[in-house]
Amino acid sequence: MRILILNPKDNVGTALQDLPEGSWINGILLRENIPFGFKTALSDIGEGDKIIKYGEPIGIALTRISAGELVHVHNIQGIRGRGDLL
Amino acid sequence: MISFPCYMRDDGSAGIRNYTAIIPASVCAAPLALKAAFRVDGVVGLSHKGGCCQIGNDYKRTTWILRKLCTHPNVGGVVLVALGCEGTPWESIAEEIEKSGRPVELIHIQRAGGSKKAMEKAVQAAEGIKERTAKTAVIRERGIKDLTVGLECGGSDATSGLSANPVIGRAADELVRQGAKVILSETTELIGAEHAIMANTGAPRIKQKIIDAVKRVENEFLKAGEDIRGTQPTPGNIEGGLSTLEEKSLGCVYKAGTNPFVDFLEYGEPARKSGLSFMDTPGQDVESMTGMAAGGANLFLFSTGRGSPVGFPLVPTVKITGNEATYTRMIDDIDFDSSGIFRGKPLDELGQELFDLILQVSRGKQTKSELNEYYEMGIPKREITL
Repeated sequence: MRILILNPKDNVGTALQDLPEGSWINGILLRENIPFGFKTALSDIGEGDKIIKYGEPIGIALTRISAGELVHVHNIQGIRGRGDLL
Repeated sequence: MISFPCYMRDDGSAGIRNYTAIIPASVCAAPLALKAAFRVDGVVGLSHKGGCCQIGNDYKRTTWILRKLCTHPNVGGVVLVALGCEGTPWESIAEEIEKSGRPVELIHIQRAGGSKKAMEKAVQAAEGIKERTAKTAVIRERGIKDLTVGLECGGSDATSGLSANPVIGRAADELVRQGAKVILSETTELIGAEHAIMANTGAPRIKQKIIDAVKRVENEFLKAGEDIRGTQPTPGNIEGGLSTLEEKSLGCVYKAGTNPFVDFLEYGEPARKSGLSFMDTPGQDVESMTGMAAGGANLFLFSTGRGSPVGFPLVPTVKITGNEATYTRMIDDIDFDSSGIFRGKPLDELGQELFDLILQVSRGKQTKSELNEYYEMGIPKREITL
Protein backbone atom coordinates (compact mmCIF):
# COMPACT_ATOMS: atom_id res chain seq x y z
CA MET A 1 0.00 0.00 0.00
CA ARG A 2 1.45 3.36 -1.03
CA ILE A 3 -1.37 5.65 0.06
CA LEU A 4 -3.67 5.44 3.06
CA ILE A 5 -7.30 6.49 2.79
CA LEU A 6 -8.81 6.26 6.28
CA ASN A 7 -12.49 6.79 5.54
CA PRO A 8 -14.63 6.55 2.39
CA LYS A 9 -15.65 10.22 2.89
CA ASP A 10 -12.01 11.42 2.73
CA ASN A 11 -10.94 13.66 -0.15
CA VAL A 12 -7.27 13.36 0.80
CA GLY A 13 -4.98 10.34 1.17
CA THR A 14 -1.72 10.07 3.11
CA ALA A 15 1.48 8.90 1.37
CA LEU A 16 3.01 5.86 3.09
CA GLN A 17 6.26 6.36 1.18
CA ASP A 18 7.80 9.20 -0.82
CA LEU A 19 5.67 9.29 -3.97
CA PRO A 20 7.20 10.97 -7.04
CA GLU A 21 5.39 13.38 -9.33
CA GLY A 22 4.06 11.61 -12.39
CA SER A 23 3.21 8.32 -10.67
CA TRP A 24 -0.31 6.90 -10.76
CA ILE A 25 -1.94 6.08 -7.43
CA ASN A 26 -5.51 4.76 -7.18
CA GLY A 27 -6.20 6.08 -10.68
CA ILE A 28 -4.86 9.55 -9.84
CA LEU A 29 -1.86 11.12 -11.57
CA LEU A 30 0.34 12.80 -8.96
CA ARG A 31 1.05 16.36 -10.07
CA GLU A 32 3.72 16.93 -7.41
CA ASN A 33 6.07 14.91 -5.22
CA ILE A 34 4.13 13.74 -2.15
CA PRO A 35 6.59 13.02 0.69
CA PHE A 36 5.96 10.28 3.26
CA GLY A 37 3.22 11.32 5.70
CA PHE A 38 1.95 14.15 3.51
CA LYS A 39 -1.44 14.32 1.80
CA THR A 40 -2.64 14.44 -1.77
CA ALA A 41 -6.08 15.37 -3.10
CA LEU A 42 -8.09 12.34 -4.24
CA SER A 43 -10.46 14.48 -6.29
CA ASP A 44 -10.67 18.09 -7.45
CA ILE A 45 -11.43 20.35 -4.46
CA GLY A 46 -12.95 23.82 -4.86
CA GLU A 47 -11.77 26.94 -3.02
CA GLY A 48 -13.49 27.03 0.39
CA ASP A 49 -14.43 23.35 0.27
CA LYS A 50 -13.88 21.17 3.31
CA ILE A 51 -10.82 18.93 3.46
CA ILE A 52 -11.87 15.57 4.88
CA LYS A 53 -9.49 13.11 6.61
CA TYR A 54 -10.48 10.44 9.17
CA GLY A 55 -14.00 11.12 7.80
CA GLU A 56 -13.95 14.54 9.53
CA PRO A 57 -13.19 18.09 8.35
CA ILE A 58 -9.60 19.10 9.06
CA GLY A 59 -9.90 22.54 7.42
CA ILE A 60 -10.87 24.29 4.20
CA ALA A 61 -9.16 24.82 0.85
CA LEU A 62 -7.55 28.25 0.36
CA THR A 63 -7.46 27.76 -3.42
CA ARG A 64 -8.75 25.28 -5.96
CA ILE A 65 -6.83 22.03 -5.51
CA SER A 66 -6.65 19.47 -8.32
CA ALA A 67 -6.57 15.72 -7.75
CA GLY A 68 -2.96 14.62 -7.34
CA GLU A 69 -1.72 17.92 -5.86
CA LEU A 70 -0.01 18.18 -2.50
CA VAL A 71 -2.47 19.26 0.23
CA HIS A 72 -0.75 21.13 3.05
CA VAL A 73 -0.46 24.50 4.81
CA HIS A 74 0.12 26.36 1.49
CA ASN A 75 -3.34 25.50 0.16
CA ILE A 76 -5.51 24.61 3.16
CA GLN A 77 -6.12 26.15 6.56
CA GLY A 78 -7.60 25.02 9.85
CA ILE A 79 -10.60 27.04 10.96
CA ARG A 80 -10.87 26.09 14.63
CA GLY A 81 -9.53 28.32 17.40
CA ARG A 82 -8.58 31.00 14.86
CA GLY A 83 -8.96 34.29 16.74
CA ASP A 84 -7.47 36.12 13.74
CA LEU A 85 -10.45 35.13 11.55
CA LEU A 86 -13.05 36.82 13.82
CA MET B 1 -3.53 -13.58 36.39
CA ILE B 2 -0.77 -11.11 35.53
CA SER B 3 1.14 -9.80 38.54
CA PHE B 4 4.29 -7.85 39.30
CA PRO B 5 5.96 -6.63 42.48
CA CYS B 6 4.82 -3.19 43.63
CA TYR B 7 5.89 -0.87 46.42
CA MET B 8 2.90 -0.53 48.72
CA ARG B 9 2.11 2.83 50.30
CA ASP B 10 0.14 3.48 53.48
CA ASP B 11 -2.78 4.98 51.52
CA GLY B 12 -3.18 1.69 49.62
CA SER B 13 -1.66 2.95 46.40
CA ALA B 14 1.02 0.90 44.62
CA GLY B 15 4.21 2.18 43.04
CA ILE B 16 6.18 0.49 40.28
CA ARG B 17 9.25 2.46 41.36
CA ASN B 18 10.62 3.41 44.76
CA TYR B 19 12.25 6.72 44.01
CA THR B 20 13.91 8.98 46.49
CA ALA B 21 12.93 12.40 45.13
CA ILE B 22 14.52 15.78 45.78
CA ILE B 23 11.71 18.28 45.37
CA PRO B 24 12.05 22.08 45.50
CA ALA B 25 9.39 24.14 47.28
CA SER B 26 9.97 27.01 44.86
CA VAL B 27 11.82 28.24 41.81
CA CYS B 28 14.74 29.47 43.96
CA ALA B 29 15.36 25.99 45.36
CA ALA B 30 15.06 24.21 42.00
CA PRO B 31 18.72 24.38 40.87
CA LEU B 32 19.85 22.84 44.14
CA ALA B 33 17.30 20.02 43.91
CA LEU B 34 18.48 19.08 40.42
CA LYS B 35 22.20 19.36 41.16
CA ALA B 36 21.94 17.36 44.37
CA ALA B 37 19.95 14.61 42.61
CA PHE B 38 22.62 14.20 39.94
CA ARG B 39 25.14 13.46 42.68
CA VAL B 40 23.29 10.42 44.03
CA ASP B 41 22.74 7.46 41.73
CA GLY B 42 19.09 6.59 41.24
CA VAL B 43 17.77 9.69 43.00
CA VAL B 44 15.45 11.93 40.98
CA GLY B 45 15.41 15.73 41.14
CA LEU B 46 12.40 17.84 40.22
CA SER B 47 12.31 21.43 39.00
CA HIS B 48 9.58 24.03 38.55
CA LYS B 49 9.11 27.77 38.24
CA GLY B 50 6.41 28.29 40.87
CA GLY B 51 6.07 28.51 44.61
CA CYS B 52 6.82 32.19 45.09
CA CYS B 53 4.87 35.43 44.46
CA GLN B 54 1.88 33.47 43.15
CA ILE B 55 -1.74 34.31 43.90
CA GLY B 56 -5.15 32.66 43.75
CA ASN B 57 -5.44 29.55 41.66
CA ASP B 58 -1.76 29.61 40.67
CA TYR B 59 -0.74 29.40 44.32
CA LYS B 60 -3.30 26.70 45.02
CA ARG B 61 -2.33 24.70 41.92
CA THR B 62 1.41 24.79 42.64
CA THR B 63 0.88 23.75 46.25
CA TRP B 64 -1.53 20.97 45.26
CA ILE B 65 0.79 19.59 42.57
CA LEU B 66 3.78 19.62 44.96
CA ARG B 67 1.75 17.84 47.66
CA LYS B 68 0.61 15.17 45.22
CA LEU B 69 4.08 14.64 43.68
CA CYS B 70 5.71 14.39 47.14
CA THR B 71 3.27 11.58 48.00
CA HIS B 72 3.19 9.98 44.53
CA PRO B 73 2.90 6.16 44.50
CA ASN B 74 6.32 5.83 42.80
CA VAL B 75 7.99 7.93 45.54
CA GLY B 76 9.46 6.16 48.56
CA GLY B 77 10.97 9.16 50.33
CA VAL B 78 11.52 12.88 49.84
CA VAL B 79 14.15 15.52 50.38
CA LEU B 80 12.13 18.74 50.31
CA VAL B 81 14.28 21.78 49.57
CA ALA B 82 13.04 25.25 50.52
CA LEU B 83 14.90 28.51 50.16
CA GLY B 84 13.05 29.61 53.28
CA CYS B 85 11.19 32.75 52.25
CA GLU B 86 8.82 31.38 49.60
CA GLY B 87 5.03 31.22 49.77
CA THR B 88 4.78 27.46 49.40
CA PRO B 89 3.67 26.01 52.75
CA TRP B 90 6.70 23.71 52.89
CA GLU B 91 6.32 22.88 56.57
CA SER B 92 2.82 21.52 56.09
CA ILE B 93 3.91 19.64 52.94
CA ALA B 94 6.74 18.02 54.94
CA GLU B 95 4.22 17.02 57.63
CA GLU B 96 1.95 15.53 55.01
CA ILE B 97 4.83 13.48 53.55
CA GLU B 98 5.63 12.17 57.02
CA LYS B 99 1.98 11.30 57.64
CA SER B 100 1.95 9.34 54.37
CA GLY B 101 4.53 6.99 55.90
CA ARG B 102 7.44 8.23 53.82
CA PRO B 103 10.74 9.42 55.27
CA VAL B 104 11.26 13.12 54.62
CA GLU B 105 14.06 15.59 55.28
CA LEU B 106 13.57 19.31 54.95
CA ILE B 107 16.54 21.34 53.72
CA HIS B 108 16.29 25.06 54.37
CA ILE B 109 18.87 26.82 52.21
CA GLN B 110 18.96 30.06 54.22
CA ARG B 111 19.18 28.31 57.61
CA ALA B 112 21.78 25.85 56.29
CA GLY B 113 24.09 28.76 55.58
CA GLY B 114 23.77 28.97 51.83
CA SER B 115 23.68 26.78 48.77
CA LYS B 116 26.99 24.91 49.21
CA LYS B 117 26.21 23.78 52.73
CA ALA B 118 22.58 23.05 51.84
CA MET B 119 23.76 20.99 48.87
CA GLU B 120 25.91 18.79 51.09
CA LYS B 121 22.99 18.33 53.46
CA ALA B 122 20.62 17.49 50.61
CA VAL B 123 23.02 14.91 49.14
CA GLN B 124 23.51 13.32 52.56
CA ALA B 125 19.78 13.29 53.21
CA ALA B 126 19.06 11.71 49.81
CA GLU B 127 21.67 9.00 50.39
CA GLY B 128 20.21 8.25 53.81
CA ILE B 129 16.61 8.11 52.59
CA LYS B 130 17.56 5.98 49.58
CA GLU B 131 19.22 3.45 51.87
CA ARG B 132 16.33 3.48 54.35
CA THR B 133 13.57 3.11 51.76
CA ALA B 134 15.41 0.24 50.06
CA LYS B 135 15.40 -1.63 53.39
CA THR B 136 11.91 -0.78 54.60
CA ALA B 137 10.02 -1.12 51.31
CA VAL B 138 6.84 -3.16 51.53
CA ILE B 139 6.72 -5.16 48.30
CA ARG B 140 3.63 -7.11 47.23
CA GLU B 141 2.57 -8.83 44.03
CA ARG B 142 -0.07 -6.63 42.42
CA GLY B 143 -1.74 -6.50 39.03
CA ILE B 144 -2.85 -4.33 36.16
CA LYS B 145 -5.62 -2.78 38.28
CA ASP B 146 -2.92 -1.03 40.31
CA LEU B 147 -1.66 0.81 37.23
CA THR B 148 -2.80 4.33 36.43
CA VAL B 149 -1.61 4.96 32.90
CA GLY B 150 -1.43 8.46 31.43
CA LEU B 151 -1.66 8.82 27.64
CA GLU B 152 0.43 11.55 26.09
CA CYS B 153 1.72 12.74 22.75
CA GLY B 154 4.48 15.20 21.97
CA GLY B 155 6.28 16.09 18.77
CA SER B 156 3.53 14.54 16.64
CA ASP B 157 3.77 13.96 12.90
CA ALA B 158 1.46 12.33 10.38
CA THR B 159 2.46 8.87 11.59
CA SER B 160 1.25 9.59 15.15
CA GLY B 161 -2.43 9.45 14.24
CA LEU B 162 -1.96 6.56 11.82
CA SER B 163 0.25 4.28 13.87
CA ALA B 164 1.55 5.15 17.36
CA ASN B 165 -1.74 6.52 18.73
CA PRO B 166 -3.93 3.65 17.41
CA VAL B 167 -1.39 1.18 18.88
CA ILE B 168 -1.57 3.02 22.23
CA GLY B 169 -5.37 2.82 21.88
CA ARG B 170 -5.18 -0.97 21.58
CA ALA B 171 -2.92 -1.21 24.65
CA ALA B 172 -5.27 1.19 26.52
CA ASP B 173 -8.22 -1.08 25.69
CA GLU B 174 -6.38 -4.09 27.13
CA LEU B 175 -5.34 -2.13 30.24
CA VAL B 176 -8.95 -1.07 30.85
CA ARG B 177 -10.20 -4.62 30.22
CA GLN B 178 -7.89 -5.78 33.01
CA GLY B 179 -9.01 -3.07 35.43
CA ALA B 180 -6.40 -0.30 35.08
CA LYS B 181 -7.14 3.40 35.32
CA VAL B 182 -6.28 5.14 32.05
CA ILE B 183 -6.18 8.92 31.57
CA LEU B 184 -6.50 10.82 28.30
CA SER B 185 -5.63 14.53 28.55
CA GLU B 186 -4.80 17.64 26.48
CA THR B 187 -8.06 19.52 26.01
CA THR B 188 -6.53 21.63 23.22
CA GLU B 189 -5.99 18.52 21.17
CA LEU B 190 -9.66 17.64 21.16
CA ILE B 191 -10.50 20.80 19.18
CA GLY B 192 -11.88 19.38 15.95
CA ALA B 193 -12.29 15.88 17.36
CA GLU B 194 -15.64 16.49 19.09
CA HIS B 195 -17.41 13.91 16.92
CA ALA B 196 -15.00 11.25 18.15
CA ILE B 197 -15.84 12.24 21.76
CA MET B 198 -19.59 12.27 21.12
CA ALA B 199 -19.35 8.87 19.38
CA ASN B 200 -17.76 7.44 22.53
CA THR B 201 -20.18 5.19 24.41
CA GLY B 202 -19.49 6.84 27.78
CA ALA B 203 -22.10 8.57 29.93
CA PRO B 204 -23.55 11.68 28.20
CA ARG B 205 -22.85 13.75 31.35
CA ILE B 206 -19.11 12.96 31.19
CA LYS B 207 -18.94 13.55 27.43
CA GLN B 208 -20.69 16.90 27.84
CA LYS B 209 -18.13 17.98 30.45
CA ILE B 210 -15.34 17.14 28.00
CA ILE B 211 -17.04 19.06 25.17
CA ASP B 212 -17.58 22.06 27.52
CA ALA B 213 -13.88 22.04 28.42
CA VAL B 214 -12.96 21.97 24.71
CA LYS B 215 -15.30 24.93 24.09
CA ARG B 216 -13.74 26.86 26.98
CA VAL B 217 -10.23 26.33 25.60
CA GLU B 218 -11.27 27.24 22.06
CA ASN B 219 -12.93 30.42 23.36
CA GLU B 220 -9.65 31.33 25.08
CA PHE B 221 -7.89 30.82 21.76
CA LEU B 222 -10.47 33.05 20.03
CA LYS B 223 -10.21 35.75 22.72
CA ALA B 224 -6.46 35.87 22.18
CA GLY B 225 -7.24 36.99 18.62
CA GLU B 226 -4.20 35.21 17.23
CA ASP B 227 -3.48 33.16 14.15
CA ILE B 228 -2.55 29.91 15.90
CA ARG B 229 -1.03 28.34 12.80
CA GLY B 230 2.63 27.64 13.50
CA THR B 231 1.86 27.27 17.21
CA GLN B 232 -0.88 24.65 16.89
CA PRO B 233 0.15 22.71 14.92
CA THR B 234 3.79 23.40 15.81
CA PRO B 235 6.45 23.96 13.13
CA GLY B 236 7.63 20.38 13.71
CA ASN B 237 4.09 19.00 13.33
CA ILE B 238 3.83 20.86 10.01
CA GLU B 239 7.21 19.57 8.77
CA GLY B 240 5.92 16.11 9.69
CA GLY B 241 2.92 16.43 7.36
CA LEU B 242 0.23 17.72 9.75
CA SER B 243 -1.54 20.75 8.27
CA THR B 244 -4.08 21.88 10.89
CA LEU B 245 -4.98 21.62 14.57
CA GLU B 246 -8.11 19.67 13.60
CA GLU B 247 -6.00 17.06 11.80
CA LYS B 248 -3.66 16.78 14.79
CA SER B 249 -6.60 16.40 17.20
CA LEU B 250 -8.28 13.66 15.16
CA GLY B 251 -5.03 11.69 15.29
CA CYS B 252 -4.48 12.35 19.01
CA VAL B 253 -7.80 10.99 20.15
CA TYR B 254 -6.97 7.46 18.90
CA LYS B 255 -4.85 7.04 22.03
CA ALA B 256 -8.05 6.64 24.04
CA GLY B 257 -8.97 3.35 22.34
CA THR B 258 -12.58 2.27 22.23
CA ASN B 259 -13.60 2.28 25.89
CA PRO B 260 -16.30 4.57 27.30
CA PHE B 261 -15.24 7.62 29.30
CA VAL B 262 -16.10 6.93 32.94
CA ASP B 263 -14.90 10.16 34.57
CA PHE B 264 -13.89 13.78 34.04
CA LEU B 265 -10.97 15.08 36.10
CA GLU B 266 -9.85 18.62 36.76
CA TYR B 267 -6.13 19.37 36.34
CA GLY B 268 -4.18 17.27 38.86
CA GLU B 269 -7.28 15.64 40.33
CA PRO B 270 -6.74 12.02 41.46
CA ALA B 271 -8.01 9.36 39.06
CA ARG B 272 -10.81 7.58 40.93
CA LYS B 273 -12.30 5.00 38.63
CA SER B 274 -11.08 1.97 36.74
CA GLY B 275 -11.49 2.62 33.04
CA LEU B 276 -10.91 5.61 30.80
CA SER B 277 -10.96 9.08 32.36
CA PHE B 278 -10.36 12.45 30.75
CA MET B 279 -8.25 15.10 32.49
CA ASP B 280 -8.59 18.76 31.52
CA THR B 281 -4.96 19.82 30.83
CA PRO B 282 -3.09 22.12 28.46
CA GLY B 283 -1.90 20.68 25.14
CA GLN B 284 1.75 21.08 26.08
CA ASP B 285 3.07 17.62 26.87
CA VAL B 286 5.14 18.47 29.95
CA GLU B 287 2.34 20.37 31.75
CA SER B 288 -0.13 17.69 30.73
CA MET B 289 2.04 14.90 32.20
CA THR B 290 2.51 16.92 35.41
CA GLY B 291 -1.27 17.05 35.86
CA MET B 292 -1.69 13.34 35.24
CA ALA B 293 1.23 12.45 37.54
CA ALA B 294 -0.42 14.51 40.30
CA GLY B 295 -3.58 12.54 39.49
CA GLY B 296 -1.71 9.34 40.32
CA ALA B 297 -0.42 8.19 36.91
CA ASN B 298 2.38 5.72 37.65
CA LEU B 299 3.23 4.98 34.00
CA PHE B 300 3.03 7.06 30.81
CA LEU B 301 2.57 5.99 27.20
CA PHE B 302 3.95 8.81 25.05
CA SER B 303 3.72 8.86 21.26
CA THR B 304 6.18 10.94 19.30
CA GLY B 305 6.47 10.93 15.53
CA ARG B 306 9.15 13.61 15.36
CA GLY B 307 11.04 12.23 18.37
CA SER B 308 10.99 13.66 21.90
CA PRO B 309 13.49 12.67 24.60
CA VAL B 310 11.31 14.01 27.45
CA GLY B 311 10.11 11.77 30.23
CA PHE B 312 8.42 12.70 33.48
CA PRO B 313 10.50 12.41 36.65
CA LEU B 314 8.96 9.81 39.02
CA VAL B 315 6.86 8.18 36.27
CA PRO B 316 8.38 5.74 33.74
CA THR B 317 7.55 7.14 30.31
CA VAL B 318 7.35 4.69 27.41
CA LYS B 319 8.17 6.44 24.12
CA ILE B 320 6.42 5.14 21.03
CA THR B 321 6.99 6.27 17.46
CA GLY B 322 5.24 5.26 14.26
CA ASN B 323 8.03 6.83 12.21
CA GLU B 324 10.73 4.30 11.38
CA ALA B 325 13.27 7.02 10.47
CA THR B 326 12.72 8.69 13.87
CA TYR B 327 13.14 5.36 15.66
CA THR B 328 16.41 4.67 13.87
CA ARG B 329 17.72 8.22 14.35
CA MET B 330 16.70 8.54 18.02
CA ILE B 331 17.04 4.95 19.19
CA ASP B 332 18.55 6.13 22.50
CA ASP B 333 15.32 8.02 23.30
CA ILE B 334 12.55 5.81 21.91
CA ASP B 335 11.30 2.58 23.48
CA PHE B 336 8.90 1.19 20.88
CA ASP B 337 8.63 1.27 17.08
CA SER B 338 5.06 0.94 15.82
CA SER B 339 5.90 1.62 12.15
CA GLY B 340 5.37 -2.07 11.30
CA ILE B 341 1.74 -1.13 10.69
CA PHE B 342 2.82 0.50 7.40
CA ARG B 343 4.38 -2.80 6.31
CA GLY B 344 1.21 -4.76 7.04
CA LYS B 345 1.79 -5.77 10.65
CA PRO B 346 -1.63 -6.09 12.34
CA LEU B 347 -2.64 -3.38 14.83
CA ASP B 348 -3.66 -6.05 17.37
CA GLU B 349 -0.20 -7.58 17.27
CA LEU B 350 1.50 -4.21 17.84
CA GLY B 351 -0.95 -3.43 20.64
CA GLN B 352 -0.09 -6.75 22.34
CA GLU B 353 3.66 -6.05 21.97
CA LEU B 354 3.22 -2.64 23.57
CA PHE B 355 1.16 -4.21 26.36
CA ASP B 356 4.01 -6.70 26.96
CA LEU B 357 6.47 -3.79 27.16
CA ILE B 358 4.19 -2.08 29.72
CA LEU B 359 4.44 -5.23 31.86
CA GLN B 360 8.24 -5.29 31.56
CA VAL B 361 8.44 -1.61 32.58
CA SER B 362 6.06 -2.30 35.48
CA ARG B 363 8.44 -5.08 36.54
CA GLY B 364 11.32 -2.62 36.62
CA LYS B 365 12.72 -2.44 33.08
CA GLN B 366 14.01 1.11 32.73
CA THR B 367 12.64 3.27 29.94
CA LYS B 368 14.99 5.27 27.72
CA SER B 369 14.17 8.54 29.48
CA GLU B 370 14.92 6.88 32.83
CA LEU B 371 18.26 5.60 31.50
CA ASN B 372 19.05 9.08 30.15
CA GLU B 373 17.65 10.82 33.27
CA TYR B 374 15.99 13.18 30.79
CA TYR B 375 13.15 14.56 32.85
CA GLU B 376 11.01 17.65 32.91
CA MET B 377 7.89 18.85 34.68
CA GLY B 378 5.83 22.03 34.43
CA ILE B 379 2.97 23.51 36.42
CA PRO B 380 0.59 25.71 34.38
CA LYS B 381 0.35 29.35 35.35
CA ARG B 382 -2.70 31.48 34.61
CA GLU B 383 -2.47 34.59 36.80
CA ILE B 384 0.12 37.35 36.98
CA THR B 385 3.25 36.81 39.04
CA LEU B 386 3.32 39.47 41.72
